[in-house]
Amino acid sequence: MSVRSIVTDRMTRHPSDSHTLDRYLGTGGYRALAKALEMPPDEVTGEVKAANLRGRGGAGFPCGVKWSFLAPAKPAYVVVNGDESEPGTFKDRQLMERDPHQMLEGTIITSYANGANHAFIYIRGEYPRSARRVQQAVEEAYAAGYLGSDILGSGYNLEVTVHLGAGAYICGEETGLLNSLEGRRGEPRLKPPYYPAAKGLYMQPTIVNNVETLANIPWIIENGGEAFAAIGPDGSRGTRLFSISGHVRRPGNYELVMGLTWRELIYDVAGGIPEDRALKCWIPGGASAPWFVPDDHLDLPVTLDDTAKAGSMLGSGAVVIMDETTCTVRATERLVRFFAHESCGQCTPCREGCSWLERILRRIEEGSGREVDVDMLLDISDNISPGLAWPPRMTTICPLGPSAVSPILAITSYFKDELMAHIHQGGCPFD
Amino acid sequence: MTEPVTVTINRREVSAQPGEMLIKTAQDNGVYIPRFCWHPRMNPVGMCRMCLVEIETPRGPLMVTSCTTPVSDGMTVDTTNPSVKKAQEGVLEFLLINHPLDCPVCDRAGECPLQDQTMAYGPGESRFVEEKRHFEKPIPISELVMLDRERCILCARCTRFSEEISGDPLIEFQERGNYTEVNTFPDEPFRSYFSGNTVQICPVGALTATPYRFRARPWDLTFVVSTCQHCSSGDRINLQSSQNRLLRILGLDSEPTNQGWLSDKCRFGFEYVASPARLTSPMVRDEEGELREASWGEALDYAGGALGEVISRSGGRAVAGLGGARGTNEDAYAFSKFLRSAVGTNSVDCQMDDGLDPRLLSGIVDRARIADLEGAGSILVWGPDLKEEHPTLYLRVRRAAQELGAGLVVIHPRGTGLDDRASVKVTYQPGRGGEVLSELMDGNGRMAEAREVLSNGPVVALLGRPGYGESPDLAEATAAFVRSLPDATILPLARRGNVFGALDMGLSPALLPGRAQRGTLAAQMLADRWGELPAASGRDCRRILEGLESGDIEALVLVGADPVRDVPDGGLARRAFENAGLVVAIDQFLTDSSRMADVVFPAMGFSEVEGTVTNIEGRVLKVNRLTPGPGQSRPDWAILSDLAARLGVDLGLVSAQQISQEVEELADIYRSVNWERLDWEDRDGVVVGGDLGYVPVFSQVTSVSPRSGEMALHYARTMYDDGVMMRESPSLRPLAPGSAAHLHPSDAARLGVGEGDSVDVTSVSGSLQAGVVIDPTLEPGVVYVPFNQPDTPSLGSVLGVKVSR
Repeated sequence: MSVRSIVTDRMTRHPSDSHTLDRYLGTGGYRALAKALEMPPDEVTGEVKAANLRGRGGAGFPCGVKWSFLAPAKPAYVVVNGDESEPGTFKDRQLMERDPHQMLEGTIITSYANGANHAFIYIRGEYPRSARRVQQAVEEAYAAGYLGSDILGSGYNLEVTVHLGAGAYICGEETGLLNSLEGRRGEPRLKPPYYPAAKGLYMQPTIVNNVETLANIPWIIENGGEAFAAIGPDGSRGTRLFSISGHVRRPGNYELVMGLTWRELIYDVAGGIPEDRALKCWIPGGASAPWFVPDDHLDLPVTLDDTAKAGSMLGSGAVVIMDETTCTVRATERLVRFFAHESCGQCTPCREGCSWLERILRRIEEGSGREVDVDMLLDISDNISPGLAWPPRMTTICPLGPSAVSPILAITSYFKDELMAHIHQGGCPFD
Repeated sequence: MTEPVTVTINRREVSAQPGEMLIKTAQDNGVYIPRFCWHPRMNPVGMCRMCLVEIETPRGPLMVTSCTTPVSDGMTVDTTNPSVKKAQEGVLEFLLINHPLDCPVCDRAGECPLQDQTMAYGPGESRFVEEKRHFEKPIPISELVMLDRERCILCARCTRFSEEISGDPLIEFQERGNYTEVNTFPDEPFRSYFSGNTVQICPVGALTATPYRFRARPWDLTFVVSTCQHCSSGDRINLQSSQNRLLRILGLDSEPTNQGWLSDKCRFGFEYVASPARLTSPMVRDEEGELREASWGEALDYAGGALGEVISRSGGRAVAGLGGARGTNEDAYAFSKFLRSAVGTNSVDCQMDDGLDPRLLSGIVDRARIADLEGAGSILVWGPDLKEEHPTLYLRVRRAAQELGAGLVVIHPRGTGLDDRASVKVTYQPGRGGEVLSELMDGNGRMAEAREVLSNGPVVALLGRPGYGESPDLAEATAAFVRSLPDATILPLARRGNVFGALDMGLSPALLPGRAQRGTLAAQMLADRWGELPAASGRDCRRILEGLESGDIEALVLVGADPVRDVPDGGLARRAFENAGLVVAIDQFLTDSSRMADVVFPAMGFSEVEGTVTNIEGRVLKVNRLTPGPGQSRPDWAILSDLAARLGVDLGLVSAQQISQEVEELADIYRSVNWERLDWEDRDGVVVGGDLGYVPVFSQVTSVSPRSGEMALHYARTMYDDGVMMRESPSLRPLAPGSAAHLHPSDAARLGVGEGDSVDVTSVSGSLQAGVVIDPTLEPGVVYVPFNQPDTPSLGSVLGVKVSR
């Protein structure tokens, strides 16, 4: 297990003022920008490609490749996705609150590489401190000449706008975010045809990157893509922030080099489970990820590819640990309730299906479950996500609806006994 | 058209236009894919997910919505396999779990897409045992539309219509997830001129129309296809009745005209047909000067005798005719023939003093077709506010500018509905149109951009008289200039339902049936059939009214017209009627005009007679009969024929269809018109060509300003007014804006008045009291007064008015 700091280095060493421009400059800040501005934009993109940096927002798409898909039309935009709303995910918040200039510098370099002269930072509305810190950083950067016209004498211009969301999880989906940014309802767009790289913000080519992804960019430019690609296992290069929560002794954000096992992550990094209770299951990558259980998954390496092969994902890096005292039906009901609540309501299967699933689960949890409900849960899930496979197929516009299916599959496959106990006992055995 | 591609749908190869959506290709090839949100006239949104199908991809079968998937060459599609069936059944189950299933009390039941598709594609029974979602049952969202949110399946057809098509997005999604609902904004009712379209396209009974709610069951309705007569666009409609009562009008998707849409005036403005105020018996003025019911024989004898007396005393030229633009071509032809061959006068006018040259309207060279808007590089609109007077044409112009990329230049004295889509909007003071035209021709200053836009051909110009304060010569001068623009075509604007048909039938002093001019070979051929044509030239509407007032004209025959309410100078019309020696009226109502007639004959009208009409682009369309006329009412042509007989002349008219055949024989351009074909293969109508080739004449239009102390009057029509058809349609009557004086904020400040205060507006011909509306879209110094509002006298065709507190 190797711990190495890239994006949390500054905040770890200077916890009191890592967010200030002074501290940022004093610890090497904006050197990467100066270096990048002397490189042709293609070369910047080349370094990021060489780094094999994969997106930290959830899908894990190679960042440099995404940049190279940008359509040539002008103007092009860069949008920073800081709408971190997945239950259990709290890493971008720390990056924005504690080291906003790092992310901002990454944003400026990204905008330069992609020929954008306007970038938008979209921050979750419930993150007022992130918003204040980022706004402050933006103002400092303008004053210091890292933003605005002719940045560092390079002739390159960039405006940055900070925008706050209004409390919708779906606006973390990139096209929903773009709609919201344009002042429309926060609903995902149809893909095709509205791929952001071709028809994004205001129907112009747009790069949407996650906060953590961008926070890695200055390090990559300064140290070179190859140096980044030398860290961690193939396909999961660099470090990654894990937000560990639930039944562990030391919950929190951890910047880790991937490749360790889940056992190491849960028991060594997070200190194991309080009172040494037994581990029941965990969500490896955010609320929408299929669950893992100790018997099958505890010694799997924590990498994007191994996790995907095992039928789940690292997603946004949220690991939620559940021990033996957890009622998985209640946990499932809570997660499905979240998705039902956050469904934008645009397409039928998600709007109607998620709340139907929620209500059946609540009925079971409250003791009015019927045996037939088990098959119904699966069949309704199948009508949202045909075949119940991973990665999910969808009858929906975006993956939110199918996300609600993941916990249901967990309780119907791993914890069916528990589910049946609810039905047969007419209530929750954990009560 | 690009090279077609080949697509395999359910193992059958079909060819399609690349880019076309799969759902459309399938439908055109006989494969129906169920859908709720997709509508062929709106952009796809892929929201309801009902149209899921599977396409083959290199990575295996992929489920996609066929309404958002463009076809591509070699695409293989399966619309019926078990996984598609399961997905469709699943979507229907989802849609139904919260749907109230109150079909027995729902207007939509029996013609409901949700019902139909549940029958065809849905699960047999519901597995849903939870409580359904509840909302307050129907809430009125406007005077005309009720919203039942429980029934709504959130397909976004209504919201898209109001955003994409009509451009007044007053109805929107609110809340989210399972609580998503369609609704209006607080204190902003769904007051759209086009709201009824959302009721028609709603795939459930969520939106219902108050004029139709609970009036009938779809399976009890009898229907015919017809053409709307409220404006001259020729909108195709489905007339529906139950027990001989007209109950509903739906828009038909006719490519050349309305493309499925209707204005609310067209959709709901039919209630007058069944009004108890309809005339059911002829009426004759008795010794006490009161109109009393009379028998047909008595009334015809009276009218024939009185008319005959005038003719034998003073000659046919002492008689004049007004109206005819509200009926069919057959009725208009009968009127024309009656006046010219039985009475012997050329004094006839159907345009009711809009001041435009009839040759410009019906016979201009390079006359545009409505469809030309689709391929237009740029469009010039300088005439009446299309939204008020030509609503479906307005939608076509919007679409051309919004979806098809045409540049749009709008010149009008105030804000119009098109302004948000206009590349250039020029506002000006009425009376200064000549100056504005000069600027446009020079292309300098504020017109530089307009000329730039209009340099993109083909140019389509929609030209007419913006208001009665403006010189009527302006449209013609503009038309003359427009001809110098690249590939320009011109669509002259006149609003009355069949005004273009009436002109084609010769209801104009200078024109004879078939757009023939007096003194031509065509006129000679007509005389061979009609007998000698009157030699003296005729008078137009204004001069007829003046003649009646002065006594030069002794008798008037009025057909379906209400000059007192409907000509710009209503005061003149009133004096003309008061001084007229004899007025014979054929009408459906006692209007402010026919009330002063000596004899009134009850006429059948819309939905009661069969015939043809001619729309704004010269397209001949069929109108059909669905309901019987009230009481003893008869078609215009039959009344005129009997009246001619009383004058000793046999017009030789035996039926509307026979008249149509006579027109075909006499008027070259109507040769292609055939009733049977119009009901079937030509149901979108046939355009009658063979124009007069009238070349618009450029004349310097002098700009005039109001006298000192006066304001310039913009006097123009609104969709809902005090015309008798609106007055007798209870659902629409309250929607007339009423007497109002729109003032620029600076003028309001100068007068010391605010919104809602009362002002007096006085012209040389009349005076009215009006509520102030603050209207920043006007130029300072201009007052806009809506024409013909309930209980308001006419201000006349004047430029200057005094406005005072």
